[in-house]
Amino acid sequence: MPLLEADAVTKRYGTETLALNEITFAVQPGEFVAIIGPSGAGKSTLLRCINRLIDITSGDIRFDGVSVPKLRGQALRHHRTQIGMIFQHYNLVNRLSVLENVLHGRLGYKNTIQGILGLYSEQEKREAVRILEMLGLEEQMYKRCDQLSGGQKQRVGIARALVQQPRMLLCDEPIASLDPSSAKIIMDTLREINRTLGITVLVNLHQVDVALHYAERIIGINRGKILYDGEPQALSNAQIYQIYGSEAGELILDLKERYAA
Amino acid sequence: MQPETFFRRRRMQSILFFAAIFGFTYGSILLTQFDVVKGLLAVPQSFAWAVSNFIPDARAWSRLPTILARLQETVLAAIASSSIAAVFGLGLAILGANTTRPHRWLSLPARAIASIFRNIDVSVWALILLFSFGQSGFTGFFALFFVSLGFITRVMIETIDEVGTEPVEALRATGANYGAIISQSVIPSCLPQLISWLLYMIETNIRSATLVGILTGTGIGFLFDLYFKNFSYGSASLVVLVTVAAVLLIETVSNNIRRIIL
Repeated sequence: MPLLEADAVTKRYGTETLALNEITFAVQPGEFVAIIGPSGAGKSTLLRCINRLIDITSGDIRFDGVSVPKLRGQALRHHRTQIGMIFQHYNLVNRLSVLENVLHGRLGYKNTIQGILGLYSEQEKREAVRILEMLGLEEQMYKRCDQLSGGQKQRVGIARALVQQPRMLLCDEPIASLDPSSAKIIMDTLREINRTLGITVLVNLHQVDVALHYAERIIGINRGKILYDGEPQALSNAQIYQIYGSEAGELILDLKERYAA
Repeated sequence: MQPETFFRRRRMQSILFFAAIFGFTYGSILLTQFDVVKGLLAVPQSFAWAVSNFIPDARAWSRLPTILARLQETVLAAIASSSIAAVFGLGLAILGANTTRPHRWLSLPARAIASIFRNIDVSVWALILLFSFGQSGFTGFFALFFVSLGFITRVMIETIDEVGTEPVEALRATGANYGAIISQSVIPSCLPQLISWLLYMIETNIRSATLVGILTGTGIGFLFDLYFKNFSYGSASLVVLVTVAAVLLIETVSNNIRRIIL
C-alpha cells in the first residue's frame, strides 16, 4: 500500500491563480523522490498541502490510508507528527539553543500545558542528544542557533524533524541557500536517513543535477501540472526542456551531461 | 541665449529674492512694533536673569527630599504604565499579527485599538481621563498606559511578522498546538525587541509624565508648576535639573541593557 497518495489535488489562490492543477501521484514507503521544476511551479505549495500547512481546494490526499484534507484538531496534529519538514531558510528560533530547537520536534506529542511550558522527558532529551551526535553536532548543542553556519543550521533542522520519529520527510529546497560542500553534506545526510532509517523522503529541488544524482524517482512540475513522473535515467532532454521552459533548458542540459554520469 | 543674458537674469533673480525677504522682514517689524536694537540687547540680559534666578538656592536644596519623592512617583508611574502596556501590548500584537492571529477577524480590531490609542496624544488622553479620574495619579497612569499600549502593540505586530513567520511555520509542521507555538517560538524570538521597546517607552514616558503631571496635578510636573507659579524659580530649576539627570541616568542604564540583550 502506498504511504502517500495524491488524487487530483488542486489548489487555487483567489479565482485566477491555479497553483496546483489536478496533481496525482503515489509514494511507496522508503522511496526517495525529488520534485523538480522552475520557481513558482507549485513545488512548495504541493509539499505544504501534504502536511496541511496549506488547505487544498479540491481532490484528496491520503497518508497511510487516512484522508488528510478532512483532518481537524488533534487528528491533524497527530498527522503532522508523522511528517518531518525541512525548510530552505531552516526556520529555527535563532535565539534559542540548538538542543531547544531540536526538542521543538517533540511539541506535536505534548498537551497544552506541557507544550506551553516546554516540558520534555528525560528520554526525549537523550534522544535529541543522540540524533545531534549522529549528525555531528554534539559540540554545537548548547550554542545559540544564530552562531551556526548555514550547513549546521540545516542539520539542526534535520535533527528537529528526526526527533519527531517521522515516517516521511518533506524537504522544501533544503540546499537552495547553501554552498556546494554544505549542500553535499545535507543531501548525503538525507540519503543516509532514507537508506538506514527507511524514512520516505520527498525533496523539492530546482537543481536538476542534484535531483538526478540522489533521487530514485523524479517528479517534474511546471505551472501546477505534473509533466514527468518516473526514473531519473528515463528523463529525456526534451522533457527537461518542457519542465523548465526553453530558455533555462540549455543551461540545465549542460549540467546534466557533466553530473549525470 | 547668450551667457551674458543668462547671468544677468540669474543676478536679477537673486536681487529680487533678497529684496522680497528684506521687505517681508521690515514690514513685519513695523507691524509688530518690534524694536530691533532693544530686542537684541535683551538677549544677554535674559540669559543673565536666567542664570541668576535659575541657580537653585539654599531654599531649593532644602526642598530636595520633596522633589526626589515626587520624582520617584513620576518615574514609577512611567515604569508601571510601560511595563503593564508591554504585557497587554504583546497579547494584542499576537492577536493582531498575520503570523499568529487565531482568527483573521481578530486582526483588524487589534490593529484598530493600537492605532487609536497611539494616535491620540498623551496630553489629550490626560484631558479626556481628567473627567473620569480627576486630578489623581490614575489619570496620568492611564494616559501613559494607553499611548504605550498602542505603540507597543503596533511595533510588536511588525516584529512578530518579521521574525516569527518562519519558526511558526516550522512548529506548526511538527504538530505543535497554538499555545506551544506562541510560548516556544514567538515569545523567545520577540522578547529582546519587546524589552528594547519597553525601555524606550519608559524613557519616553518619564518625559511625558512630567508634562502630564502639570495637567493632572501629580508627580514632578505638579511640583514644577507649583514652584514656578510661586516665583520660586530656584526650586523650579532644581526640579528641571533633577528630571534631566533622571532621564539621562535611565537612558544610560537602558542603553546598557539593550547592548547586552540584542
